[in-house]
Amino acid sequence: MAFVVGGLYAAAIYMILRRSIVKLVIGLVLLSNAANLLIFTLADMSRGAPPLVPLGALQPAGAVADPLAQALILTAIVIGFGVLAFAVVLIHRAYEVVGVDDMDKMKDTDT
Amino acid sequence: MLFAVLSGFLLATVAPWLHRLFGRHSGWALGALPLGLFMYFGSFLPEIQQNGPLVIDYPWVPGLEIRLSFLVDGLSLLFAMLISGIGFFIISYAGRYLESHRDLARFYVLILAFMASMLGLVLSNNLIALFVFWELTSITSYLLIGFNHEDEDARKAALQGLFVTVGGGLALLAGLVMLGMVAGSYELSEILTQGEWLQAHPWYLPIVLLIVLGAFTKSAQVPFHFWLPNAMAAPTPVSAYLHSATMVKAGVYLLARCYPGLGGTQTWLFLLGVFGAITMLTGIVMAVRSTGIKRVLAYSTVMALGTMTMLIGLGTEKAILAAMVFLLAHALYKAALFLLAGVLDHGAGCKDFLQTGGLRRAMPISTLIAALAALSLAGVLPLFGFIAKELLFEATLQAPRWAWLFAFAAWSAAILVVAVAAIVGIRPWYGAPVQTPIPAHEAPPAMLLGPAVLALLGVFFGLFPWVIAYGLLEPAASSVYGQPISLPLALWHGFNLPLLMSVLSLVLGLLVYRYWDQLRAQTALLDQWVRFGPERGYEAAMQAMVRVAHWQTALLQNGYLRYYLMATLLSTVVLLLAALALNASAVQFYFDLSGVMLHEYVILAVLLAATVMAVTTRSRLGAVASLGAVGFGVALIYVLFSAPDVGITQILVETLTVILLVLVLFRLPRFLGLTSTALRVRDALIALTVGGTITLLMLSTISTHYFDSISSYFIENSQPEGYGRNIVNVILVDFRALDTLGEIFVLALAAVGVYAMIKLRADRLKKGES
Repeated sequence: MAFVVGGLYAAAIYMILRRSIVKLVIGLVLLSNAANLLIFTLADMSRGAPPLVPLGALQPAGAVADPLAQALILTAIVIGFGVLAFAVVLIHRAYEVVGVDDMDKMKDTDT
Repeated sequence: MLFAVLSGFLLATVAPWLHRLFGRHSGWALGALPLGLFMYFGSFLPEIQQNGPLVIDYPWVPGLEIRLSFLVDGLSLLFAMLISGIGFFIISYAGRYLESHRDLARFYVLILAFMASMLGLVLSNNLIALFVFWELTSITSYLLIGFNHEDEDARKAALQGLFVTVGGGLALLAGLVMLGMVAGSYELSEILTQGEWLQAHPWYLPIVLLIVLGAFTKSAQVPFHFWLPNAMAAPTPVSAYLHSATMVKAGVYLLARCYPGLGGTQTWLFLLGVFGAITMLTGIVMAVRSTGIKRVLAYSTVMALGTMTMLIGLGTEKAILAAMVFLLAHALYKAALFLLAGVLDHGAGCKDFLQTGGLRRAMPISTLIAALAALSLAGVLPLFGFIAKELLFEATLQAPRWAWLFAFAAWSAAILVVAVAAIVGIRPWYGAPVQTPIPAHEAPPAMLLGPAVLALLGVFFGLFPWVIAYGLLEPAASSVYGQPISLPLALWHGFNLPLLMSVLSLVLGLLVYRYWDQLRAQTALLDQWVRFGPERGYEAAMQAMVRVAHWQTALLQNGYLRYYLMATLLSTVVLLLAALALNASAVQFYFDLSGVMLHEYVILAVLLAATVMAVTTRSRLGAVASLGAVGFGVALIYVLFSAPDVGITQILVETLTVILLVLVLFRLPRFLGLTSTALRVRDALIALTVGGTITLLMLSTISTHYFDSISSYFIENSQPEGYGRNIVNVILVDFRALDTLGEIFVLALAAVGVYAMIKLRADRLKKGES
């Protein structure tokens, strides 16, 4: 698992370091996936034990997966999507106005 | 007491309205406060005479042991009365002097705030409070010096003064904190009784050096003296106030205040005595060399500050008393002379001694006042300055070391002081009348009152020294010296060596004045040398600072996102790896593949392959598709490892993401090969390093739990408290409902933003079509 998260991070950072702004967006998506998985992995992973309370009981039967981490990730996924949608439309607008995809060129066109 | 100190700030806040209310009489109206304060401080005198120093205490920041406490003793009262007393004359004078200035209201605000800061400085008993007031004086004086802010010289001089004094203030802060740590208290009244303990402590030397550095910058000692003459760019009332009683005396006050705790050692004698003497000589030589009225006076202030520093450095009973007497005498005649310089400027338009002469007929009262003040400056019988001069000679002759050297330095300076006094007291008034820029006329009474009273006080204290000695100077000198001093001040000390020195200095000084013009011409070479003085160093330092700032900005704020990221990431990685390496023995890598099942391997492999694909593909659709694969792979992991809700969300969001990207991406350009292979390799290396570090970090922390998760609380209370069986759901909508609300807001905001941007474009297009 650690290797997968590390790989995702590496890929995300590589994409963010590119000059093309579209690749930056792809990097962002990868990065948010990587971060979510990181949180998920660091909370104990267990198979087949969803955090549910059986019908009629007050406590779940036996140990369950960490619900807090799941709640966090759930929030993060949704927020990540919001940010992504905003970024994509923003980039689209910027591209329409500025006409370049290269971040180095955008830097000088803020007039 | 608290109110008395802060009243200046309070009045400053309403000063502009009062100014509008009282119009041209606002100088008198606002001057009432310093006058009242003067009387208030005066009323403490009998009490401390009988009961000794008084500490008035208010809690300020109790947790940090910072109290707003005030120490009322002879020394602080002498300063407080000088500040408020002269403050009264300055403010009433400025009311007329700056009458037509459009920023007079601002001037009142600044000068009142400055006065209040000075009062706080000399009355503070707490080191931290003292430092705060110290910096407040630096800031307010910066604003005052730069009062004519449209003048570039004024701005430059103000900045110079600020840099020098605040730089010293930094040293002072370090010194004061160390002093407080060594003494175990930040209260001056407790610190100063521990002199022996302080002086035996290994930190004694750094403490003294730092505090003395702060005091030297403030009091314009060599080599920091250059800011003071430049500060003459300020309006004359400001110069008079800064020079006579306040700003520059703050350093002298600090040295005098610290004397019982830190003074009396060889280090102290060497630092203060030698630097004081050098400053004294430098100041007076420069004064004789100058011709601008205010510049001559400014350099003679440098000389006076050097003298006082030297006297406090000598530290004998007599020297301390001499320092106090000299302080008072100097404050009186210097304030009077500066105010007269303003009168000359106002009444005749003269700013330079070479332009003046024969003003005696047009300005008779000013001439008389100037004569009295100049006689006191020169130290002529029977004025107060004479007593100060006699004491100065006596004190240097009795110095614990190098007595002849100090005496000779003081005597040489005295000769030139006489010459300066003659320049100031004779040159503008007598001799052949000179055509002045504006027709000479006498100044209004409001501008003459201050100098007249101050000059007459010089005569009065000279004739009846015991009046002031018993009430004010002896308590002040005693509180510096640490034990009661009682030395009867008298005008006539009999025929002795100091008298001889005094007479000789008078004669020689008048000779110097007689040949003043030739002397200036002869010593023109000095100017060349002065140009390489410390001011040059200051300017070089400033330029270097600007260059470093440029270079650093160009390096760090280069405008390329990826370089910012690289710097941030690489430093994080380096720090993390260093921490890991340093604690290598404590770190355990948890690496166990035994429990992993085959289908999980497949999912992870697909995930990684899709990631690689997303990164390397040159087709946009391919990238988006692989991104979707990554997202669904992650969703599968969630589902497999008991997080069905997260998995469902991930699948939904991933679908939306892919749709969105497909929709938008095809309006964007194709991927371009923008970077060279070498750069790609470099970036790949950086990315792999970061990824590797994360992996290592995860391997090392996965088994570490520093404290119990709060999840158990949620698990136990989900059904009983939240009435929900899906714990994740209950957390989101119940336990952490506010977070979820925030999340909804973020989404709504993003949606509004997206909508606005699309709408904007639609409108634009419509307009373009029509």
